[in-house]
Amino acid sequence: MSVENKKGFNVTFYLLIVPVLLWLVILIVLPHIDLFISSFQVENDAGEKVFSFDNYLAFFRQKIYWLTFVKTAAYAIGVTILAFVITFPIAFYLTKVTSKKNASFLVLLLLIPLWVGELVTVYGWMVLLGDHGIINHFLMTLGIIDKPLNLLYTNLSMVIGLLYMSMLFMVVPVMSTLESLDDSLIEAASDLGASKFTIFRRIIIPYAMPGIVSGAIIVFMLVIGDYLAPNILGGKSSLWFTEQIYNEFLQTFNWNEGAAFGFLLLMLSSGIIWLALKLSGQKLEKVGS
Amino acid sequence: MANILEVKNVSKYFGDFAAVKDVNFVVEEGGFFSILGSSGCGKTTLLRMIAGFLHETEGDIIIRGNSMKGIPPEKRPVNIVFQTLALFPMMDVKENVAFGLQRQKLGKPEIQKRVNEMLGRVGLEGFEDKKVTELSGGQRQRVAIARSLVMKPEILLLDEPLGALDRKLREHMKVELKLLQKEIGTTFIYITHDQSEALVMSDKIAVMHQGKFEQIDTPRNLYKNPKTAFVAGFVGDSNRFELAQSDGKQLVTKAGWKINKIHEGNPDVLYIRPEALILNPSSSGDAIETFSVTIKTILFDGSNTKLSTVVDDSDEELLISLPQNAEFENLQEGDTIQVGIHQDDLKCY
Amino acid sequence: MMTKKILLGAIALALSTGVMAKETLKIITWKGYAPKALVKEFEKETGIKVKVTYSNNEEMVAKLRATRGAGFDLAQPSQDRITAVQKKHHIYQPIDYSKVKTDQIITSMLDAVKKNTAVDGKGYGVPHVYGTTGMIVNKKNAPDAKDWSDLWNPKYKGKISYRLKRPILIATAFGMGEDPFALYNDKAAYQKLIDKVEKKLIEAKPLVKNYWTSGDTQVEIIKSGDADVISGWDAKGWSVHKINPDIDFIAPKSGALGWIDTFAIPAKSKNVEGAYKWINFMLRPKNGAAITNASNYGTASKGAPEFLDAGIKADFERSFSKEDIDNIKWHPPVPDGFESIEAKALDRIKAAK
Repeated sequence: MSVENKKGFNVTFYLLIVPVLLWLVILIVLPHIDLFISSFQVENDAGEKVFSFDNYLAFFRQKIYWLTFVKTAAYAIGVTILAFVITFPIAFYLTKVTSKKNASFLVLLLLIPLWVGELVTVYGWMVLLGDHGIINHFLMTLGIIDKPLNLLYTNLSMVIGLLYMSMLFMVVPVMSTLESLDDSLIEAASDLGASKFTIFRRIIIPYAMPGIVSGAIIVFMLVIGDYLAPNILGGKSSLWFTEQIYNEFLQTFNWNEGAAFGFLLLMLSSGIIWLALKLSGQKLEKVGS
Repeated sequence: MANILEVKNVSKYFGDFAAVKDVNFVVEEGGFFSILGSSGCGKTTLLRMIAGFLHETEGDIIIRGNSMKGIPPEKRPVNIVFQTLALFPMMDVKENVAFGLQRQKLGKPEIQKRVNEMLGRVGLEGFEDKKVTELSGGQRQRVAIARSLVMKPEILLLDEPLGALDRKLREHMKVELKLLQKEIGTTFIYITHDQSEALVMSDKIAVMHQGKFEQIDTPRNLYKNPKTAFVAGFVGDSNRFELAQSDGKQLVTKAGWKINKIHEGNPDVLYIRPEALILNPSSSGDAIETFSVTIKTILFDGSNTKLSTVVDDSDEELLISLPQNAEFENLQEGDTIQVGIHQDDLKCY
Repeated sequence: MMTKKILLGAIALALSTGVMAKETLKIITWKGYAPKALVKEFEKETGIKVKVTYSNNEEMVAKLRATRGAGFDLAQPSQDRITAVQKKHHIYQPIDYSKVKTDQIITSMLDAVKKNTAVDGKGYGVPHVYGTTGMIVNKKNAPDAKDWSDLWNPKYKGKISYRLKRPILIATAFGMGEDPFALYNDKAAYQKLIDKVEKKLIEAKPLVKNYWTSGDTQVEIIKSGDADVISGWDAKGWSVHKINPDIDFIAPKSGALGWIDTFAIPAKSKNVEGAYKWINFMLRPKNGAAITNASNYGTASKGAPEFLDAGIKADFERSFSKEDIDNIKWHPPVPDGFESIEAKALDRIKAAK
């Protein structure tokens, strides 16, 4: 078995590439093609599948469908922005302020919610935020409030849950761009008379932009595709688009509609990301690297 | 001329470690002042204290009569050119240069005028809209200097700005910097570990070693009359000999070479510059000591060619500069020649 | 090299034959319907290895539909969820009632299930576990909550919760004095009724604390005190009662909703014999009682009462009077297409402000 000769190399190469291709085709490409085809099918009165655009048109015809999507997207954008606002100082502190040793310990702490899984953290928030939960109990014991605050089952608790599970995915890419930021850039700006705020706005944020954008894409995708947090923490009006897809598949048993919704979610969220990239002047290749 | 900068008894401690120990110096207005030292000698710490990024543990830094105690970097009348240049990669050339002026809330036309003027002065007309990442090393250098100079600082601090350039370009930029400084008249404080840079450009050089200043002097004096053994060894090339004994009139090296020199005390080392040695001295006056050496090998290096020799009747090796003229063309390995040296050029410490 | 290969081959062969030799039974069911102890006992008795997957009605159908009835040897859908799916997707096979020890089963229940799961004259289900959906009430804070209509009683504003799925639509209809099951043969009339129910629930939305989404969240919301009047399952209500005696399950005056979960055999079951063995095993009086004792759900096993814990009987009698029992509304099979009417209404309620 010689790996050096040309033929041997090719055999090794194919041995390595074939499982990858099989994986991609069988587990990713084929199911998508199947779903894509079924998204263009409806059942006629005789119970036969016929070609139709109805599944897609239903999305635009039924107000509730696209309203739900708009709401889901708006919240996803909001959560993405919040995730940035909250995590950027954290990422900056971890890369530029604290020592390397502290930073790696703190990053480990940040990872803990990922270890236990989303379901557990969601229940954790229920315990914290409920009418008789820890936060209300604490505030009432201190005499700050005399009636429990309505925290759980609100948009607030949903946003908290979504933020909690997605924040880390903003921290990591932002940290990796900030790590390459030469401290002397900050000093140079300060030397040229820039205030702390100006340094953040003109130097640090533009520098971290590729990381911010790739973090934002991940967070946005995670949030728009999440199911648990809106469903459990979200309260009575928190219809999420994924929930609608789930309902189409499992409640109405209308798989064709569900498939069409799935593709609409994919296309519309990709469209939003494309728009965001255009507006921020970033290129996908750069962000992805 | 007035002193623009006064550094008084400045020390800086990091924990127990003293990076800068009781340093005193003044810089005259319009001067080109270099701080020369090997890495870790404390020169960058000193510069960062002047810029305001570090605070002195003891002492005071005074610029134009005003103490800089408690004044943050953005408020000090000094600007710094960083070793890494620290150009803002997300901005083009003119935005980089305009950055500081914008912070002063100047009008747009005024900013544009000053930016163009400065770019002209450093020879970067037509590069306004180029990305800084598209520039060559020398051009980036000039942008960094322009960005600081456009602020019209009282003092421009330069932290080994030529360190990242290749040798050819460095030689060229040395001259260019010196001319630029002469032309605009701003006071430069220049930090380097490269003695050639310091010697070529500076009006005054401070040699720094282990947090202390060894000597502050003009380049010529520094070279001709080093005050300490460190300076003698650090600035320029020297033959170094450990001394075994001395009696006030004669020096004896450990390898047994004896040479006459009136001196005081009990020196430990003797420094002789290769170019201070005279081949075949025509006269041997009172001050000229002569002796014979045998050529071991010729180290040809153009204008820097040297003879590696052994002093006769001893084991001491001695490097001698060899002028590249017709007179010495026929020298060969194994030849014995007469060498002379002026007593003043025998530096012992 | 050669010997190593042979050795590896031998081991692989031994392993695969070992697996092949052992008969397996793959069951998709609800939590609590296949307790570990019973699985162990069954395995010991028959030598069949049992693999259990937990699920619910919706997922059970979705999974079997995706494989056209393969992948599982036995399923446990609710009796009202079989006919519509079977007519359209053919995911189950008819039950051979001669293989079921029917004398172990409460006769009336068996007959009802046979009828309700019948497609083309063949029955597709064997009753196993039953229960009711009613209300779980914190009697200290809401002593007067007695009926479905209390789920939109302004008195309990902010303390109300229910699951936004089809049972609440049915319950609301009953609470409004209608009989939705009577309209199962009239799609247009049913649509009208659901529209009315939808309006009611949207109107009542400001009173709701939250919609619970699972058995666990149902227990959580009443136990934590976040809600006082909720729709809920009898077994869950009784389990909370053990922790907090103020909370209990009640049968709403206009009728608790009764459900029966069945055994049904998927069309491509690979171990039909094993499935019947499991069905007969689980309906033995002792085993039927074991499930009831552990989960509080009722069992279709005829002889089970003999083995029931005393508390179970007390729970039941506390919540159900004689009239309440007679008034239980058993879910008839859902006609095809009705679920889509309901799902659209539920979406609109959820999205409403």
